[in-house]
Amino acid sequence: MSKHNLQLDENGKLKHFLGIEGLNLAVLTEILDTAESFTSVTERTVKKVPILRGKTVANLFFEPSTRTRSTFELAAQRLSADILSLDLNTSATSKGESLLDTIRNIEAMQIDMFVIRHQDSGSAHFFAQHVKPGVSVLNAGDGQHEHPTQAMLDMFTIRHFKKDFAQLRVAIVGDIAHSRVARSQIHALNILGAAEVRVIAPKTLLPVGIESLGVHLYDNLEQGLKDVDVVIMLRLQKERMRGALLPSEKEYFNLFGLTQERLNCANPDAIVMHPGPANRGVEIESSVMDGPQSVILQQVTFGIAVRMAVMSMTVGR
Amino acid sequence: MSIHIQNGLFIDPVNLSQTKTDIYIQGNLIVGVGKPPANFKADQTIDADNQWVIPGLVDCQVRLREPGQAHKGTINSETQAAVANGITSLCIPPDTQPVIDNTAVVELIHHGNSKAGNRCHIYTIGALSQNLDGEHLTNMAGLKSSGCIALSNANQPFSSNLVQRRAMEYAAGQKMLVIIQPRDNDLYGNGCAHEGAISTRLGLPSIPEAAETAALAKDIELVVQTGARTHFGQLSCARSVDMIRQAKANGLPITADCTMHQLFLTDHDLGDFDTSKLTIPPLRSQFDRQALRDGVVDGTIDCLCSDHQPHEIDAKLCPFPSAEPGISSLDTLLPLALRLAEEGLMTLPEVIARLTINPAKLLGIPAGNLTNGECADICIIDPDAHYLCLGQDFISRGKNTPFEGWDFNGRVTTTIVAGNIVYNRVS
Repeated sequence: MSKHNLQLDENGKLKHFLGIEGLNLAVLTEILDTAESFTSVTERTVKKVPILRGKTVANLFFEPSTRTRSTFELAAQRLSADILSLDLNTSATSKGESLLDTIRNIEAMQIDMFVIRHQDSGSAHFFAQHVKPGVSVLNAGDGQHEHPTQAMLDMFTIRHFKKDFAQLRVAIVGDIAHSRVARSQIHALNILGAAEVRVIAPKTLLPVGIESLGVHLYDNLEQGLKDVDVVIMLRLQKERMRGALLPSEKEYFNLFGLTQERLNCANPDAIVMHPGPANRGVEIESSVMDGPQSVILQQVTFGIAVRMAVMSMTVGR
Repeated sequence: MSIHIQNGLFIDPVNLSQTKTDIYIQGNLIVGVGKPPANFKADQTIDADNQWVIPGLVDCQVRLREPGQAHKGTINSETQAAVANGITSLCIPPDTQPVIDNTAVVELIHHGNSKAGNRCHIYTIGALSQNLDGEHLTNMAGLKSSGCIALSNANQPFSSNLVQRRAMEYAAGQKMLVIIQPRDNDLYGNGCAHEGAISTRLGLPSIPEAAETAALAKDIELVVQTGARTHFGQLSCARSVDMIRQAKANGLPITADCTMHQLFLTDHDLGDFDTSKLTIPPLRSQFDRQALRDGVVDGTIDCLCSDHQPHEIDAKLCPFPSAEPGISSLDTLLPLALRLAEEGLMTLPEVIARLTINPAKLLGIPAGNLTNGECADICIIDPDAHYLCLGQDFISRGKNTPFEGWDFNGRVTTTIVAGNIVYNRVS
């Protein structure tokens, strides 16, 4: 499909980073290995390398974001790029400018890379189709489609703690239907060869046909967590109660909230992850979030190295 | 003016036959098929050797975009596209701006057609409710007397089932055909793609089949209740075909159509977020497409339409969920129909019937039949013309086509409307 060719150049190297789907094991492994090499940079006193010196990165966020946006900014700065961050939620588009005009105008400022988050699925793909040759597009989340850098930092975290994907059972719990993170994670885990990927959620939060992406479905948390090595919790947006998708936060927590007792259904050395921001007491109990099996804060730290890796692989070549 | 069309292969959708024969036209009427009337003298002779002669096509759902959205299309631009593609009668739904809810708008449209040279017959479908508000009934008798051939609420909902019942009842009292696109707006939500594995993979807001079928079930029950003769437009789901088949077997006064593109495309074609494939109702699954094809073949679906919706370029130059739905389809209606025959789905006369006599009959308009005394609306096709479908070559102002790059066989060479040659392809 053209979508996937779109992110690769003629040598099969990353040109844009729009989604995990369609990438191969070699590309994902290269991202993880490159990120590995950057972790030492982020631990140094002088946390900078000159790989993107003289390059300009535009961060375009049409949706609010704290951690994704700031880790992209830090990643760009640590690669010595100049960075322009625009909160377009309240700017050009609200004045009626078309998305294409927004791209063209910012591109006219001699930008080398766009990092874009937009509420429409396919928007990063749209950007990649319309930027000038030589300009890269990184998807920081498009609608409910993909959030590939989040998935790669999750994979990095899993590899850091668990090494071999082929032995792993991974459960993704919560609002799969509205989650771009879940879709990217499912693709990544399957490409990296995880033994089993499970999704656990009430039926209203499971999108139709999700099993075609290569997952097993569970609507019971205890059963779904049995023998699992990695538990990925997803954020439950409070707005979901309004759409009649769920009766109440309380009932959701009673059925799908991750407590220590439930976590004990998983393998004893299972790790707990969450892409954030988490709702304590809704999808996850505080004691689990802060507990010994939680690697949630490491995910954030690794996020910078992974984003540095993707930026250097696309623009820094 | 008199015209003699000679040596053409006459594809007759009424008798489902193909015969090499001559057709004679005097004034706006056909005056002879096979042999001329006494003392016939042709002012013009058209040599249709190696060509096909068919009745002009009847398209029951076309948006000309005028009045209201002239940047997308006008009566002038879109009727040119119609006749260049063999369409000689077309129906426009009431969701123009202003809405076709009073006689003045009907007259405005006919005046526009007359200014454009009356290239083809335009039939207006009046609104069932004022400004399509789903709340207040229109003056249906007035709309009928001004020439509306049917009534519809386009794709706007009624405020309640009670209002829908009253609207259908009142229309039935006026002996007017009611046209419904079955749609439950709540279930539609902000969806833009068929609900299934594809919409899940692409993360696109989805439209379940029940958004159509739940509404259709209710609509059919209201036909039972009100007795309103009802036509269901642009069906997209396998279940809908089943329901129509059953309702027809029960003897209800209903008919149905589906769009030509639903017979060729499915949600698999969305794979690359191609906004040219954003339609409402959405492109459904392969299973649905097959059921629609079966329904067309067995007559459950009476006719095919273009559901023409021309757009300016910008309407589709944005991410998929933000793009405007609809395709520009006057330029592809006939070549796709011919492809159905090529694929062996139906014989050529059977395919042509679904674009001529069938819609003409159910709409109650004088078209689709080339016999003595009928209106001379004729389309002549060169079946050996091979060409590549390119939006930029469309006559329509809308270049938004999902069929870009397809190979087509068969092209209109001449179109005659009411005895006038309104299109002649210069090759």
